[in-house]
Amino acid sequence: MTILSSTIEAMMNETRLDGNAAAGPLSELFARDITTALATCAKCGRETPVGTLFDYGQAMGVVLRCNGCEGAMLRLVRTPGSLRLDPSGVSMLIVATG
Amino acid sequence: MIRGASSGIKAIRDVSGSATSSIPRLEWKVATVVAVRDETRRARTLVLDVPEWPGHLAGQHVDVRLVAEDGYEAQRSYSIASAPGSAHVELTVERIENAEVSPYLCDVLQPGDGVEVRGPIGGYFVRRPDDRSPLFLVGGGSGVVPLMSMLRQHASSGSATSVRLLYSARSHDDVIYKNELNAIVAAGRARVELALTREWPSDWKGFRRRIDRAMLEEVAPPASDGGRAYICGPTPLVESVANLLVEIGYDAASVRTERFGPTA
Repeated sequence: MTILSSTIEAMMNETRLDGNAAAGPLSELFARDITTALATCAKCGRETPVGTLFDYGQAMGVVLRCNGCEGAMLRLVRTPGSLRLDPSGVSMLIVATG
Repeated sequence: MIRGASSGIKAIRDVSGSATSSIPRLEWKVATVVAVRDETRRARTLVLDVPEWPGHLAGQHVDVRLVAEDGYEAQRSYSIASAPGSAHVELTVERIENAEVSPYLCDVLQPGDGVEVRGPIGGYFVRRPDDRSPLFLVGGGSGVVPLMSMLRQHASSGSATSVRLLYSARSHDDVIYKNELNAIVAAGRARVELALTREWPSDWKGFRRRIDRAMLEEVAPPASDGGRAYICGPTPLVESVANLLVEIGYDAASVRTERFGPTA
């Protein structure tokens, strides 16, 4: 299968969503729905629900970026036999429990 | 070429299969297409029978996965259009030219075919059935899809809650669910305003421009009513409308957004 660059560009456009759309992949890792959780960007300090982050997800994984400074906050990559989470762009994650 | 379940899709080991906790995990299931319905020249509704569907909340979505014969996977999220409690799960998909997934879903998939889905997903952009706060829905293009689930939920309930939809589309031909929206208005279940941005019939009495502050001041329920707003569409529309609603007095926490691409 050949992917032309125009197709990749269209894919990038088609898949520029927000954190709501990452709820499925994130549910493979987190016990709770974290799209309603508040995440603080480690780069700019903005606090926002995970569901509102920019999502540059692709088939291999998910990259959630700050909707203020566009810094990468969460990267989730699926490899054969593992899920890899790089949460280094998040300084705090607050999940409501009740 | 991406192919679906009916033409060589491969089963992928379920990564959640080994979960030992009691929390239900999302699993991929092969849904069967029971009908397709063209909504506009670019949007098609897929009516799906999903095995063991647990029911959904208005505003939730499903992930759809297509796998090529060489193992290449493409996964996308599509909002659920049907009301909670419906017998089938309906997705309305807009065809994006040169894209990987939507042309397959819109042009190739036929009744009887299988397609892998998992869901329902998402707890942020949802309207719960017991929420009686006034509801203001703002949609751009196929962003109307999750709002339609909320509108259908309201229309089939006995709720007297005030519901308004402001829907921006390029032309009258691009308005999805046109007949059903007319019926909902005729039944007095909601107020619906259309904003046509590129073309309109010569006798068009609705808005003939993009959504702006004056339009929101005219259509949005007063912020003092304690209403909630749900905005879904391309990123520029969503951000502009969300900011304008806050400017005209809405509490930012009462404004929920869902963005998607493409923006053109």
